[in-house]
Amino acid sequence: MSGIRTAGDLVLRMQLARGLKIEQAKEYVASKLGVTPFELGDCSMMREIRQSLDLGYPMPDPGAAKGIEAKFNIVKVLGIKINSVENFKRKTGLQ
Amino acid sequence: MQKYFTRMGDGSGIYLDAETIRHDLEEGTADAASRGKIPELTEEERDYLYEIVVSPVNVTSIIRGKETVTSSDSGAFKINYQADISMDRATAIQVHEKVLSADSLDLGNIDYSYKSVKAILHDEAKVMENVQLNTIMPVLYGAMPNLGLYTKPDGPVDNWSELLPLGKIDEARAAQEEAIEYAVKDMVYVAAGMYRAGADGINFDTCGASGDADVMAALLAIEIIKKKYPSLGIEMGMAGEFILGMHGKLDYKGTRVAGLYPHRQVELAEKAGVSIFGPAINTNSNKSFPWNLARAVTFVKACSEASGIPVHANVGMGVGATPMSPVPPVDAVSRAAKSLIEIGKADGL
Repeated sequence: MSGIRTAGDLVLRMQLARGLKIEQAKEYVASKLGVTPFELGDCSMMREIRQSLDLGYPMPDPGAAKGIEAKFNIVKVLGIKINSVENFKRKTGLQ
Repeated sequence: MQKYFTRMGDGSGIYLDAETIRHDLEEGTADAASRGKIPELTEEERDYLYEIVVSPVNVTSIIRGKETVTSSDSGAFKINYQADISMDRATAIQVHEKVLSADSLDLGNIDYSYKSVKAILHDEAKVMENVQLNTIMPVLYGAMPNLGLYTKPDGPVDNWSELLPLGKIDEARAAQEEAIEYAVKDMVYVAAGMYRAGADGINFDTCGASGDADVMAALLAIEIIKKKYPSLGIEMGMAGEFILGMHGKLDYKGTRVAGLYPHRQVELAEKAGVSIFGPAINTNSNKSFPWNLARAVTFVKACSEASGIPVHANVGMGVGATPMSPVPPVDAVSRAAKSLIEIGKADGL
């Protein structure tokens, strides 16, 4: 799907976290982002959405969330737990 | 008579006429159906495969909207160790994410076996910790059960490949059962360390490389890991289309492990708690690409239909209709990917 250029990383997260087949995983992510499953593969539209939600994207603007910062925002949008985010919170006293 | 450029299973280019291509498609699906006791592809599906094979374009692609995701095995050392570019694995993962647009990747040691990783887990965990801070996509830790490493002289167990030719069947079975116990401990130990390091999942790659005991070890380890860490994703990739019965009497939850094809392998994977299953269909280098394509799609379609979890078909050199070549031709790889997704109903590659 092209990873962070589109929503491939998010769809794969749902496969790993919930064992969802591709259509179910796409529908879940699309519903959270307010787009159709078809649009998840559009790098132009997804760049704007990822910019607005600060989910991380290639060729980032200055100040954009990177790495673990972006994953904090992904947790909020997808409503899932990410192991490294939980580790970060625990290690920094955020939890 | 018009001839179309396609390839043999070893990647070499050939020209075949329409009749031969259609014949090979029929023979390929029939071979898979016969071995796996699964349905052949329909005439309509074979016609679609034919159109994909004879398409005049070099690189083909899937229908817009049908895009799927990718996972990897030994993904973090394709650029450095294999492409021979001086780059550490943590940087390679960022290149995969930010430049090559991977959907996920797995970090792994160059000696890609859990037994080998056990001794260096403390260092591998630190790499995973850094990777998790700097990446957005899911990053798994990957390695092979590789049961053969537990045999003498490298390991503590008698070598069943030496015992079997001597007719020492019981001793060979006992050795494999002992190796399973060692392997399960190592896999659970490494998974625990990688969970603490922030991994998004664990990839059990090339399961079955040492036969049914190899698969059994992976299933038992996965079961324990899922109980200890329910949120940890698990990917299970297979070594081949058929589980060899090096032991022959191992049962997992009432099913004999030996002799299973992908649509039955995935049942055991689901029972163990696997999140993503990766069937591997062997490429026959003496047969044409159309023959291998129809055969691989037939197996993967049956597997996808039987599966309640996502199926990521292996599409590397020598599996999933991809030619057995160190540098698989992209015309064949792209045709294989399109076919496995659109007709094989794969949820990923």
